[in-house]
Amino acid sequence: MTERGPRPHLTTLRARIARIEGAERRSSGTLPFGLDAIDRRLPGGGLALGALHEVAGGAQGATDAAAAALFAAGILARVKGKILWCMTQSDLFAPALALAGLDPDRVIYVEARDETSLLSCFEEGLRHGGLGGVIAEAARLSMTASRRLQLAAESTGTIGIAIRRWRRAAEASDFGQPTAAATRWRVTSVPTVPLPVPGVGRPRWFVELIRCRAGESADFLVEGCDATGHLALPADLADRSAASQAWLQRAAS
Amino acid sequence: MEGQRGLLTAANAAARAIGLVPGMTVAQAQALVPDLQILDAEPDADRAALEKLARWSLRRYAPIIAPDPPDGLMLDITGAAHAFGGPEGVLHDLIQRLAEVGTAARAICAPTYGAAHALARYGADSLRVVDPLDFAAAIGALPIAALRLDDDMVLTLGRLGLETIADLEAMPRASLALRFGSAPGQRLDQAFGRLAEPFEPIQPPEPITVERRFAEPIGAPETLARYTGKLVDELTRRLEEEGVGARRLDLSFHRVDNRIEAIRAGLAKPSRDRTQMTRLLCDRLETVHPGFGIERMQLTVPLAEPLTFHMVSNLGEAPVPDVAALVDLLGNRIGEGRLFRVAARESDIPERSVARIAPMSDPTEIRWPAAWPRPTRLFARPEPVDTMALLPDHPPVHFVWRGVRRRVTRADGPERIYGEWHLSDAEFLGVRDYFQVEDETGARYWLFRNGDGMDSATGGQGWFLHGLFA
Repeated sequence: MTERGPRPHLTTLRARIARIEGAERRSSGTLPFGLDAIDRRLPGGGLALGALHEVAGGAQGATDAAAAALFAAGILARVKGKILWCMTQSDLFAPALALAGLDPDRVIYVEARDETSLLSCFEEGLRHGGLGGVIAEAARLSMTASRRLQLAAESTGTIGIAIRRWRRAAEASDFGQPTAAATRWRVTSVPTVPLPVPGVGRPRWFVELIRCRAGESADFLVEGCDATGHLALPADLADRSAASQAWLQRAAS
Repeated sequence: MEGQRGLLTAANAAARAIGLVPGMTVAQAQALVPDLQILDAEPDADRAALEKLARWSLRRYAPIIAPDPPDGLMLDITGAAHAFGGPEGVLHDLIQRLAEVGTAARAICAPTYGAAHALARYGADSLRVVDPLDFAAAIGALPIAALRLDDDMVLTLGRLGLETIADLEAMPRASLALRFGSAPGQRLDQAFGRLAEPFEPIQPPEPITVERRFAEPIGAPETLARYTGKLVDELTRRLEEEGVGARRLDLSFHRVDNRIEAIRAGLAKPSRDRTQMTRLLCDRLETVHPGFGIERMQLTVPLAEPLTFHMVSNLGEAPVPDVAALVDLLGNRIGEGRLFRVAARESDIPERSVARIAPMSDPTEIRWPAAWPRPTRLFARPEPVDTMALLPDHPPVHFVWRGVRRRVTRADGPERIYGEWHLSDAEFLGVRDYFQVEDETGARYWLFRNGDGMDSATGGQGWFLHGLFA
């Protein structure tokens, strides 16, 4: 926690940089998560629409990317229009996406033969402009490829999400390589708090914002997507953060 | 069924067997058979279907074919039967193929159209090739109704004691003409082949084609792309004149060494959009080897569908580009089957509850129930796991998957899913008990036990991992 409260100088500086960049970059607005804790960490108060974002799963999620896929589905459930979902492994189960608010009629799946055609489909989807968003489950994403995708997304204002999914857990170190994506996220499932009755509750994710253009990295503990694709703050944590803020106020006074 | 009285217009073999005949009133038929299944007559649809069948036979059997409403098809197989090993071959093939789609048919091959028509409807055999030398005897025994005369005339002739065609043939022609006009004589002559009976065959649909010949062979990719664009321009004009849109495009390149290179592109929706079609074709130009040069390019539309103008409004939101163009582009690049949508199916078995449908299908109706948890990743084959679990309905305490032992901290279940006994006898007793479990790292799994934990008839009681939750 290096940043506490707004810093006016930084904000004006960012606004100036954005103006300089804006001369060549069209802003397509942002998509807020609806959680203040996350939105205030993102420039523009939400996920940039005409941009490429990267999501990967942590721990075991590096190979199955289950939480990452649902995280991305939750984001696209909140945009309008059809979704193109490109993949090379066909183990995605559509009912789960429907439970996260992504209607099956909205999603067109592309099962590509290899990574190369996957990326070309991803780029075509972003360039088309008639889609609400494009998702691709890609293992490799080079700087060049990601820059092409980012430019394609900027040109049409379509949001692109690259779900990074590797065949082997060892390959996940690839996630450290730089790309042109606007944000980079890692979503890891963490143990949930026990319910008062037997059973499992809403999933809990540790969401790391590893990289954010014109922003700082941060991490959040959230509860998984609900039926409309919205994340939520865990009740116990929400309480605790209020308590800790009260403590801070006391300490300051 | 027709008219206000409700008459039977047709009856299938089963109905005929219990005494229902066309012409009977519906009330009478229902009195005979209380649970009779009655469908409304659709003469227009029947005629259209017959026309479609005629077009199909045109591609398969012979060049001269005409629909013979309400229930017949005329094929002139003269000189065309050898491909099937003679007329019998044609008839067998025709009957066989119609039977495959659930249509019972009778097929007769005779020297004249009148004779074939009569024998197909009134003859004893359902499949017969009539010998040209004795076909007169074959049709002589048929009732006069087989001659395509109107019903009143058949009735009057019957009253005069004329039952069969042979009886009518024996009558002096002059008195027949005096009493009944020229019709009986003409029909007789047509049936016996003394009078020619030409018929108007249906025309094969002419595909829309544009082509361009080059005095000097071309070969450079940019040149090919430019002329592809020009051909598409010409084609869109032709398509617009005809009021149709292309569903499939074939672009063939005739090389100087007499080889033909071709590109085929499919479209999800009928289109005559120049940019889209050019893009689809030029996208694949790199697969064309021009060799020593190309002297002729031909662009054909083998499949076209009606396309009319529709109103667009530029008020309100800006129009979004149609996704169909993108679907075509990707489909032609990576294969049409690789683009799909997933629709819900009414099945509790997870792997059967999803079905792939074409990406541009109409919106679907049914949805998966929202009450049951479903994993984000579903394995094509459930993976067997070693578990320790209390029977009959406790979740496992731990399980070993891919060599790693996972301790279950929280679990939910069982969700019992029964086999679909109406689909397969093997599933009659089958049961799967699904559990959603969470291990100590927070990862969630979808495990099931094959069987109800008590009765071995319901399954082998082994545990499987079927999917991963987020």
